[in-house]
Amino acid sequence: MKLAVRELVRKPGRFAVAGTALVVLTMLMLFLGGLLDGLYLGSTGVLRSQSAELLVFSSDARSSLVRSRISPEVRAEVAATPGVAAVSGLGVALVGGTVPGEQDVADIAVVGYEEPTDGIPAPPPSGEGWADRSLERSGVEPGDVLGLGPARVPVRVAGWVEDANYLQQGGLWVEPGTWREVLASARPDSTLAEGTFQALAVTVDPGADPEAVASAIDDATGGATGTLTRQAAVLSLPGIKEQNSTFASIIGVTAFVAGLVIALFFSLLTLERTGMYAVLKAIGASTRQIFTGVVVQAVAVAVISFVFGAVVVHLVSPVLVSALPFQLLPSRTATTLVLLVITAVIGSAVSLRRVVRIDPASAIG
Amino acid sequence: MTALEMRDVRKVYQSGADQIVALDHATVTVGDDEILALVGPSGSGKTTLLSIAGGLLSPTEGSVVVGGQEITRYSPRQLTEFRRTAVGFVFQSVNLVPFLTARENLLVVAEFGGRDGRRARERAERLLGELGLSDRMGNLPGQLSGGERQRVAIGRALMNEPALVLIDEPTSALDTRMGEQVMELIVAEVKGRGTAAVIVTHDVRMTHYADRTVQITDGHLAA
Repeated sequence: MKLAVRELVRKPGRFAVAGTALVVLTMLMLFLGGLLDGLYLGSTGVLRSQSAELLVFSSDARSSLVRSRISPEVRAEVAATPGVAAVSGLGVALVGGTVPGEQDVADIAVVGYEEPTDGIPAPPPSGEGWADRSLERSGVEPGDVLGLGPARVPVRVAGWVEDANYLQQGGLWVEPGTWREVLASARPDSTLAEGTFQALAVTVDPGADPEAVASAIDDATGGATGTLTRQAAVLSLPGIKEQNSTFASIIGVTAFVAGLVIALFFSLLTLERTGMYAVLKAIGASTRQIFTGVVVQAVAVAVISFVFGAVVVHLVSPVLVSALPFQLLPSRTATTLVLLVITAVIGSAVSLRRVVRIDPASAIG
Repeated sequence: MTALEMRDVRKVYQSGADQIVALDHATVTVGDDEILALVGPSGSGKTTLLSIAGGLLSPTEGSVVVGGQEITRYSPRQLTEFRRTAVGFVFQSVNLVPFLTARENLLVVAEFGGRDGRRARERAERLLGELGLSDRMGNLPGQLSGGERQRVAIGRALMNEPALVLIDEPTSALDTRMGEQVMELIVAEVKGRGTAAVIVTHDVRMTHYADRTVQITDGHLAA
């Protein structure tokens, strides 16, 4: 292993071609990952921020928050279901909103809610709202009075909340009455009666199985509801599953290409070093020791390339964030590094057969 | 004690339907502290004999004992361990690792055996000092002359205190004067340690440095 490390330190140029390719592939994987996470987080905040385990929709809504309607009668049935500890209403209206001092209308998801949840304080007074930080890019500031929907319903920004968006629109969290007023002005055909919500956030009893309670709720309402776990509800948002699988496929293919680069490079390197490896075997190196050196070099090249690629992406990301829904999470960075290391190990394994077949007797003569 | 004992060794290669006898009923012994010169033309079997003695090839028939170890039926793993401890090689092309310093080219032998601590470093530096390379230990092979590289190769062969050193054409790439210097160095280093050596050469002029010379022709050792 020391032999392999010394070569890396003293002849880094030898690995430049493979390293450069891996830097580019790392940047691509991190960029795609950041885009995927930005799209995911920017679309799902409203549901992910719910501390409740279950979300109840009307069964004919196909898990769509916008299409769903839960009446007070159905809510009562839900609340009475064994295993249900608490129920709170939830709804959303997608509108344009004027911002003081700004020419452009901001895209806003007005969220009506009843109970505080993860990171979201209790509902503010009527006519006020907690704004998601992403609305800062549209010029929103605490204290601003936004004009929501066609009727320009006035809502004052009481303060910031984080990670609370819906379908790439900045969330504005308001008490139910304000939400109904905005919804009615934006979509008069969608006016909701008092007490009706689009969905219910259900907290289950301690120790209860959420999936079992979900089934019980749908049974109790006679099939009027379709109840999902929070994560299932997140995945049922329009385009989320397709987006996740598409990006994951592209990232997977990119990782595969990285493995191919490593496999090809180290195969050629091993071929070039056949003579040297024969001599090393002749003077006492085992196949395992030689192959370990190859793996160490492959992993080192992958890790160093990753560092360079990650630094570039981190430097560029402030620019990306302003133009794209891009968020580079520490978990994404770590996952990408692990994936690259794994592909490096697998890619270098392609050289194993060649290393095994090197005959030390060829060192003589 | 005998450093090398080869008894009735045959090496036969199969080439399609043909058999090529590279070594035929070769019997030779080399005592401790003895230098044997093996002389013969190209294709005579010198390299085959050297390879078998060094555990790089296994004989088709016969027995090989080196430093008291019967290596004839050793497994590849056993042969690897044998090469780490009982034999040293000086290759015709020297074959130093180009990105390792002179000191590190010696230490790498100890590293393969997991013995690369302080004692190994001290031994490597002592050997290089005896070889006249005290002030060249930190140089890469590309920064050494041909003669200096040859001396590093000799040091590498002696690093693990082998019972037998196998030297393949040590003077083929050197002029006469340099070749004589290298042969003198080999004799001094080998003899001084009680190590035996087999030197393969086609240059008859160098055989007077050996204690004994054996001719090989078409795989047969002269009696």
